[in-house]
Amino acid sequence: MMHVRRSPQEIAANRARYEEHQKKGLEFAPKALPGPSRLPAPAIDAAAIIHQEIVPGGWYWSTRLLRGEAIRIDQGEGNSTVALAAWNAEDTSERINLVDTAKVQWTTALGKGRVIFSDMGRVMFSMIEDSSGAHDCLMGGSTAASNAAKYPGEKTRNTRDNLILVAVKLGLDRRDIPGILNLFAPVRLSEGGSFGWLGKRSNSGDYVDLRAEMDMLVGFSTCPHPLDPDPTYQPKPVVITRYKAALPLADDLCRTATAEAARGFENNALMQA
Amino acid sequence: MSDFIQTSPARSLQNATQEHFIAAEAPWSGIVRKGQTIRIEDSYGQQAIDTLFYRADDFSERYSNQDTMRMQGAAYIGIDTKIMSNEGNVMLTMTADSCGRHDTSAGACSCESNTVRFGHGTKYLHACRDNFVLEVSKHGMGKRDIVPNINFFMNVPIKPNGEMTIVDGISAPGDYVELVAEMDVLCVISNCPQINNPCNGFDPTPVRVLIWDGED
Ligand SMILES: [Zn+2]
Repeated sequence: MMHVRRSPQEIAANRARYEEHQKKGLEFAPKALPGPSRLPAPAIDAAAIIHQEIVPGGWYWSTRLLRGEAIRIDQGEGNSTVALAAWNAEDTSERINLVDTAKVQWTTALGKGRVIFSDMGRVMFSMIEDSSGAHDCLMGGSTAASNAAKYPGEKTRNTRDNLILVAVKLGLDRRDIPGILNLFAPVRLSEGGSFGWLGKRSNSGDYVDLRAEMDMLVGFSTCPHPLDPDPTYQPKPVVITRYKAALPLADDLCRTATAEAARGFENNALMQA
Repeated sequence: MSDFIQTSPARSLQNATQEHFIAAEAPWSGIVRKGQTIRIEDSYGQQAIDTLFYRADDFSERYSNQDTMRMQGAAYIGIDTKIMSNEGNVMLTMTADSCGRHDTSAGACSCESNTVRFGHGTKYLHACRDNFVLEVSKHGMGKRDIVPNINFFMNVPIKPNGEMTIVDGISAPGDYVELVAEMDVLCVISNCPQINNPCNGFDPTPVRVLIWDGED
């Protein structure tokens, strides 16, 4: 096999450039993130509200969400996980991509000030508020099989089937269901790489506000997370409010917190020019 | 390039039914039948091998990184890992692994994500996603069929606080994984061209794929 090696100088230059990006990424440059949003959630201006949906526990819902609008996902009476999927409304082959979201921001721990990327290097959502800081972008949702093992003999609904219903009713199909983000799911890894349900359990009143940075179709499922410690299937309703938000200003937190987010917004601007 | 390392008397270089060399930066795809074993070999060491699997008779069933991680309760791919599909079925099982560290949380590199990660000056560099697009399009699939993949030999530690970074690969020349197929699968590989991070030691190299029939 032929293999022409790069020069040691070229390799050293590329390594140095990577290490510079890595240092900034891991040290929260240029901005430190603000920490969790305060509780209780401040009221949304009634005049800005477009729609409010109370999604029963274990169910699904989807909505169109335009650039400059936002959604608040509110735990209401608490202890529910909300699975989220999203597609670019103009071209549904562009969709939420959690592996890129984690990789480019150097963390799986999403919270206020972070952004959520599509597979095309563009920002789909800005996390403009988040009181929880405990979300899971790795494990995916429940399935018929995982629920059958966890709640034997009980009649349950699961996230996989919910998202099939969301996708198919939007004119998409099973192939179009992307990896999902679980909001309000405090999943973390041990040093050895195994998953645990750690730290704060999401609580009554926790909320996340996601601002849309492109026009999207957004799907939700409100089934218990596979690691939810409650042995009983009793998902609670979730309140999802779609409202008018301002477009991000030049000094917007989510747009400027990291060099990666800033470059993602530059890619959005090219699409939206 | 290193010598072949034998894991079973039943599998030698001489009795492999297929042997493929994948050039540095290039894609490859091929069918692995139920019961066959596929070896993916990092011939020169420190080379990420981005890999996807599709059910051979129904491509809508395909590899799912989230289902694979959830089913094993852990983030890294290793020996005995069951490679799960989006429909909850076992596609392959990893039966041998001389490296010990493989990723499925960080996805494939793309021209688009490179602009975000490393700046717009890195946009026009060949990337895994382009390899995947070219290769799956041969089988009638498109961009929407490209899902988060396995990165064999890529070292992406995730800390308990969530911190995630790509660090130097630990694979030595000749390191390998072997997987036995539990259904007929189409295997799609991108031999990663990335030179902006350490996943390929900043110097992508060729790899080898071998396939053997079942032992019985
Ligand atoms: Zn790559």
